[in-house]
Amino acid sequence: MEATFKKQLEEIACKVRIGIIEGVHAAKAGHPGGSLSIAEILTYLYFKEMNIDPENPKDAKRDRFVLSKGHAAPALYATLALRGFFPVDELITLRQIGSRLQGHPDMKNIPGVDMSTGSLGQGISTAVGMALSSKHFGDNYNVYTILGDGEIEEGQVWEAAMFAANKKLSNLTAFIDLNNLQIDGTIDEVNSAKPVDKKFEAFGWHVITIDGHDYDAIEAALQEAKTVDKPVAIIANTIKGKGVSYMENAVNWHGAAPNDELYAVAMEELTAALAAFN
Amino acid sequence: MSEVKTVATRVGFGETLVELGAERDDFIVMDADLAAATQTGKFKKAYPERFYNCGIAEQNMVSIAAGIAATGKKVVVSSFAMFAAGRAFEQVRNSVGYPHLNVIIGATHAGISVGEDGATHQCNEDIALMRTIPGMTIINPADDTEARMAVRAAFECDGPVYMRFGRLAVPVVFDENYNFQIGKGVELREGNDVTIIATGLMVKEALEAYDLLKTEGINARIINMATIKPIDRDIIIKAAKETGAIVTAEEHSVIGGLGSAVSEVVCETVPVPVVKLGVYDQFGHSGPAVKLLDEFGLRAVNIVEKAKAAIALKNA
Repeated sequence: MEATFKKQLEEIACKVRIGIIEGVHAAKAGHPGGSLSIAEILTYLYFKEMNIDPENPKDAKRDRFVLSKGHAAPALYATLALRGFFPVDELITLRQIGSRLQGHPDMKNIPGVDMSTGSLGQGISTAVGMALSSKHFGDNYNVYTILGDGEIEEGQVWEAAMFAANKKLSNLTAFIDLNNLQIDGTIDEVNSAKPVDKKFEAFGWHVITIDGHDYDAIEAALQEAKTVDKPVAIIANTIKGKGVSYMENAVNWHGAAPNDELYAVAMEELTAALAAFN
Repeated sequence: MSEVKTVATRVGFGETLVELGAERDDFIVMDADLAAATQTGKFKKAYPERFYNCGIAEQNMVSIAAGIAATGKKVVVSSFAMFAAGRAFEQVRNSVGYPHLNVIIGATHAGISVGEDGATHQCNEDIALMRTIPGMTIINPADDTEARMAVRAAFECDGPVYMRFGRLAVPVVFDENYNFQIGKGVELREGNDVTIIATGLMVKEALEAYDLLKTEGINARIINMATIKPIDRDIIIKAAKETGAIVTAEEHSVIGGLGSAVSEVVCETVPVPVVKLGVYDQFGHSGPAVKLLDEFGLRAVNIVEKAKAAIALKNA
């Protein structure tokens, strides 16, 4: 990847993180940890990979994205806002009465949201449906989704995985955000779905394992995905809470908002990181 | 006099899909390994490239359908009522209902008349479950004619539609002049002593009850309520005002089904007695369907008893 472009993406991901923290802080609720862990993946998808147009968000031939781990809505909203789907100023209305920015993504009211999600395990099935529709009706768009590593404990995920391979949905790419934490603890303590790669392989998927914060790796994986005739699972090793020191690898930041003091700390770190780009 | 034709409503469902398949190619049909029983197998045979089998995974099937609908396409999913409404309830609610997507759910083998398969497959709760989902349309056809008309109407509907079909062959009540409209009850017999509001296979029983009551000098009004949601409030309120007593008859639990829907309207508008006939908070069991309908009291004679009880309450 060209260095200047990579720097641009890194800067955008930093702004996504600021959007996440501002939104969750203003809402006094939300899920910052698993939002921060997918900032690079979302940034790459929306600023490089996907065929989308903020001016025409309902274009029938656009690529689709489903946030199967719907609780990471703050990350999706920040990415969509920065991409121009709606004003960045709106991010601080997250979870408020009267706001479009529901606690979990709402396709009916938020420009750029392709599917309403939040109940875990259902998003990947809807992405499978979109990929099937694309192939069946000859529309030839690609479908992307992000699942959590806790989410894949849901049985429906594996029903979807079985179906996608059986129907050879090569236009479907699923990222698994492997940050090793879920709400009740580490995924090993709770009910580990590991080995995740072997499971998806056994279900007939092409599996690529990457560092989910490395743009070169994300790009290479998505290029590789286009060359195979199977659905593709990209196992993204990530750090939950990435970019905010006290949230990194800390289970208690799965679903909690920072108070004013910790908000100030987070914003100081993120604005310093942003300033480094200029 | 020719013999009355009997046919299961699921047959009309499958055959109408085939007809629609010839008329339009903008929809997909899915099943969860029950295509022969649900009758979507007929569509599969006619249009194999437009049929997708999900295997035994109804939750996945419903959410996949939501994804297809989210791309602007029509989709029909089918399974037994127990699995479509029961097992996949939360997928219907969150993947389909919340975004108000154009998914048609063809749920067959509803009610006690599943027969020999017994309690695990006899779904007497599906209408109750589906009724709680905002924006859901629920249609429970009375016979083959209505089933075929309802499937066509569902294709023109905006938002999700739950269609309830039976396994058992039931008499054809209506001819081609019947006028089916989503959301409209139909008055089949005039009367002012009591109103019997029936749905599904209980409509035929209600018509028989009309004749039995007539011999006793009781004039019953008979209404076919195929659409359970949105319920036809006007026809219910009119019946409550003009007859002062209502009986509901359904092959479904008395908790949450047609009887509840009618009661909700009546008690807030024209409070008159509503006596509910249905399955009384119990599981079914194995046996031939026709014997089960006798045993569970889902017959014309039972409607007659309830009609008299409703009239007694009115006069009390």
